[in-house]
Amino acid sequence: MMASVFAQLQIQDPASGDSSCVAENGFCPGWIADNFDRYLGPLREHVLLTVVSVAIGFGIALVLALMAHRRRWLTGPIITGTGILYAIPSVAAFFLLQPITGLGNTTAVVALVSYTLLIIFRNITDGLRNVPAEMVDAARGQGLTEGQILRQVELPLAVPEIMAGLRIAFSTTVGLATLAVFAGGGGLGSEILTDRFFQSNVVVAGGLAVLLAATFDIILLGIQRAITPWQRALPS
Amino acid sequence: MTSAFAFLGDFGGAIEFIFKERESVSGGVQIGGLPELAGFGITHLWISVAAVALALVIAVPIGLILGHKGKGEFIAISTSNIGRAVPSLALLAFFIAFIGVGPGNVILVLVLLAIPPILTNTYVGVRQVDRDTIDAARGMGMSSFEIISKVRFPLALPLIFGGIRTASVNVVATATIAPLANVQTLGEPIVTPQTYGLQGQIGAAIIVAIVTIMVDLGFARLQQILTPKGLKVAQPAAAKSRRGVLSFRKGTPAT
Repeated sequence: MMASVFAQLQIQDPASGDSSCVAENGFCPGWIADNFDRYLGPLREHVLLTVVSVAIGFGIALVLALMAHRRRWLTGPIITGTGILYAIPSVAAFFLLQPITGLGNTTAVVALVSYTLLIIFRNITDGLRNVPAEMVDAARGQGLTEGQILRQVELPLAVPEIMAGLRIAFSTTVGLATLAVFAGGGGLGSEILTDRFFQSNVVVAGGLAVLLAATFDIILLGIQRAITPWQRALPS
Repeated sequence: MTSAFAFLGDFGGAIEFIFKERESVSGGVQIGGLPELAGFGITHLWISVAAVALALVIAVPIGLILGHKGKGEFIAISTSNIGRAVPSLALLAFFIAFIGVGPGNVILVLVLLAIPPILTNTYVGVRQVDRDTIDAARGMGMSSFEIISKVRFPLALPLIFGGIRTASVNVVATATIAPLANVQTLGEPIVTPQTYGLQGQIGAAIIVAIVTIMVDLGFARLQQILTPKGLKVAQPAAAKSRRGVLSFRKGTPAT
């Protein structure tokens, strides 16, 4: 173990930036300015991992939620099933999947998708269930079919809760995607892990992950406001 | 030596790794087997218990007081949003780079991860106690301290335990990457593949998954037991909370 610690201390590329700071594994603004480029690739991978995983997770959770909306008894088993997936630590999941899906981004995405299911499913079902019964009755009285009621009344009214679920799913997935390095996937986690004793590296890679989570949150909040104009009319 | 689990491929090798010692990938030392893994397990457990205990001592009183006074909703709720956005690996690496390695620092990281769900759930649990119940308690002449300890705290207990459950699952899961800070938990085989190989990594992953699920189910059971009888009767009405956004487990998934 000690040997690996000393191996880590020999920093690559001492020529760039203020080399004594870098040699001491310090926090070196000069080094960060010179080497910021090398974080852009991992950042892009991180964005891709997150967006792909949440998108697939949303698709699956939406189908499950619509099934549970028609047949209420399915809700319990789906929550139990996705709950078990949710309880398995992602680091463990990345290795448990490897004999099946191999080393790489596929394994990372499969594990990350499995964590979004419970969050998104529960928020969609909560949202649909909280639609006032009078509204559904009124729509039915106007002659809307069940499909029309779902698309034109229930889903739009559930948007705030669905978006709340998506926001949780995005910030969670950004965090878990840093561990995708254990599945052989890319992303900011591999940068953190390769040089975890170097302060500059840890601050930049970790900071980018936090900023990414915040950015996703702001974007989703913007989308939510744009697609639910009636919410703004409500007195808070 | 032919294995009884050979037909399972690497999974079989992983199961064998858990029960039987073998020579390390790089040769020279014996690795795996129950005695070695039990050692890792004990370390894993004590740093997790220490971290959750410390987080409880810090987060529950703050949550109770803020919730009772109805102040600091923003802080109480946003800590868990911020907590979710900070990746555990980044937090651990930050501590390793700036403070150093060792069990003390790892426990500090785990405490920081455990505080947000406990604080938020305690706050919400205390806030959601019926206004009339508090008024009745005050009318009976209870002091603020008595209202907190005899009325608000017991009624908030199920939600507080929901927070402890989320926190514990996160802590036990995150303790898996503690070997990055030279603390030999059950994650040791996972972060040192040059010694343990893929089968050792998968074996450790199996144990970590089982331990985490056991912790989760154990707390779920405890949460049920600790729910006051009166609340269980009222459950159907209470279960349909208006907010819907804050249910019993709404933390981050296990790391």
